[in-house]
Amino acid sequence: MIILDNVTIAYGQGHRRLVAARDVTLAVPEGAAVGLVGESGSGKSTVLRAIAGLIPYSDGHITLAGKSVGKRRTTAEKRMVQMVFQDPYGSLHPNQTVDQILAMPIAIHRLDKGEARIAKALSEVGLGREHRYRYPHQLSGGQRQRVAIARALILEPSILLLDEPTSALDVSVQAEILNLLARLRREHGLTMLMVSHDLAVIAHLCDTIGVMSRGLLLETTTADAMASGEVVHEYTRQLLRSNAGFDRSSVSAGDLDISAA
Amino acid sequence: MPSWIAGVAKGAASIVVTLLGLLAITFFMGRMLPIDPVISIVGEQADKATYDMVYHRLGLDKTLLTQFLLYMRDMLSGEFGEALFTGNKVSVDLARVFPATIELASFAIAIGIGVGVPLGILAAVYRGTALDHIARFVGLLGYSSPTFWLGLMGLIVFYAALGLVAGPGRIDVAYIDMFEPQTGLLLLDAAMQGEWEVFGNVFRHIVLPGSILGYASMAYISRMTRSFMLEQLGQEYIIAARVKGMSRWRVVRRHALRNILVQLVTVIALAYAFLLEGAVLTETVFAWPGFGRYLTSGLLAGDMNAVLACVLIIGLIFVGLNLLADLLYRLLDPRTR
Repeated sequence: MIILDNVTIAYGQGHRRLVAARDVTLAVPEGAAVGLVGESGSGKSTVLRAIAGLIPYSDGHITLAGKSVGKRRTTAEKRMVQMVFQDPYGSLHPNQTVDQILAMPIAIHRLDKGEARIAKALSEVGLGREHRYRYPHQLSGGQRQRVAIARALILEPSILLLDEPTSALDVSVQAEILNLLARLRREHGLTMLMVSHDLAVIAHLCDTIGVMSRGLLLETTTADAMASGEVVHEYTRQLLRSNAGFDRSSVSAGDLDISAA
Repeated sequence: MPSWIAGVAKGAASIVVTLLGLLAITFFMGRMLPIDPVISIVGEQADKATYDMVYHRLGLDKTLLTQFLLYMRDMLSGEFGEALFTGNKVSVDLARVFPATIELASFAIAIGIGVGVPLGILAAVYRGTALDHIARFVGLLGYSSPTFWLGLMGLIVFYAALGLVAGPGRIDVAYIDMFEPQTGLLLLDAAMQGEWEVFGNVFRHIVLPGSILGYASMAYISRMTRSFMLEQLGQEYIIAARVKGMSRWRVVRRHALRNILVQLVTVIALAYAFLLEGAVLTETVFAWPGFGRYLTSGLLAGDMNAVLACVLIIGLIFVGLNLLADLLYRLLDPRTR
């Protein structure tokens, strides 16, 4: 599980200090999926990066899987938290084959049975052996995002952070990736924290949704409450209005075929 | 026909057309210049008979097209004609001046790469820090300072005042007869023959002009490296590698640097080409008997044989380096295959 206790994240020092997230308190139970929504610059991706250990936090505590983590992470702590990024074009090394991309985390963490791990990871995300020795530019956007998910899963993390993983994809492919993530969450018991500006995408995968604005976590509510407009904060209402046409039932109506993206 | 053969044939054809076009334009423009090559040879006091004889010998009584075709025929057999302002065959002159420029340009580019690339990488990795500001300031200074001015200042300070380096020229007269140049690259020749005293003298001559040109190259290469690195370091695959637990410098070395190599190779190739083309002013300030000075002297004397040969060599340098950059692109970047 993930617990954020009054976490403040700031960039720069002195008069140049910019607080990107202030006193964020949030709990993601083990195996649950929580979403963070908000406009650009609201601090949601910053929170995600602090959890991943990519940026330091200046105040508060972060607890991952019951263990308080410091500003410097151990190898085991790094392995526990993995991340999937927004851009399937930019998040894969352009000069490496899928095989090399998947082999990299195995080499860093000196894991055994690399061959079997790569084959399993590819199979889990619905990619075949024919994709293994291709370069990212030889894959479609959906296939690339599957590779990115496979790369995250190959270390068998307990926590998966998703930074707008579908925003660069076509709508049909978005649904496939969301269904894939939902299945992986069920099968692996993954704890997920997902960031998006799209309420429909968040509602498809997450039961609980946190709303962020200007570095503050304004309110935490359920996806159902959000869909029916039962929200407390005025900003959340504005967000709902800006997402006009949001209809959870329309995106969760059926399991789409995810065999090929 | 296999596609790679077709590709090579197409590339070779485009190179030939490029060089031919370059020569044709230079030739016809040269003939339109209001400079009389006959006067350059016989002088203004020569009588008409002498003038006519030389005019005929140079083939200037033929049509422009015939002159060009005759020139092309000679050039294909490796004959560039006689340089009017030196009295030597152009090929002999080039064999003398070109190694001097290659030596200077290679010395400079070694500094440009050796300092510029690490500086650019450090500036990008430590973006916004004092190190970045210093690197950018040093680069800007190199970019904006004229090399001839730096050359003059360098001579005043390091040669005239401090006596740390040798003066203009490639080698002191006293050392010329001490060894037999083989390649024309004096540092290499002296080292191969074990003439370390000569090597030291040549080094003391080349170090100042080489460093000044190297500084200019370094400024360009470091700025470009910084810019390429910043672009890569902002990519998500870099962040993904960090999330995997890869160390910062390993990410820089194995991921970011690997992916800027293609662009970097092009930038370095261009910087080297510009150095080879002739750092005319630096060569003039340091009395360096190189290609740039030879070309400028040829131009001022209206000596089209020398100018055309130089233009052809400059064209070959750029075409060759472009070709090399293309090949490296294919080798280093799978997206271009």
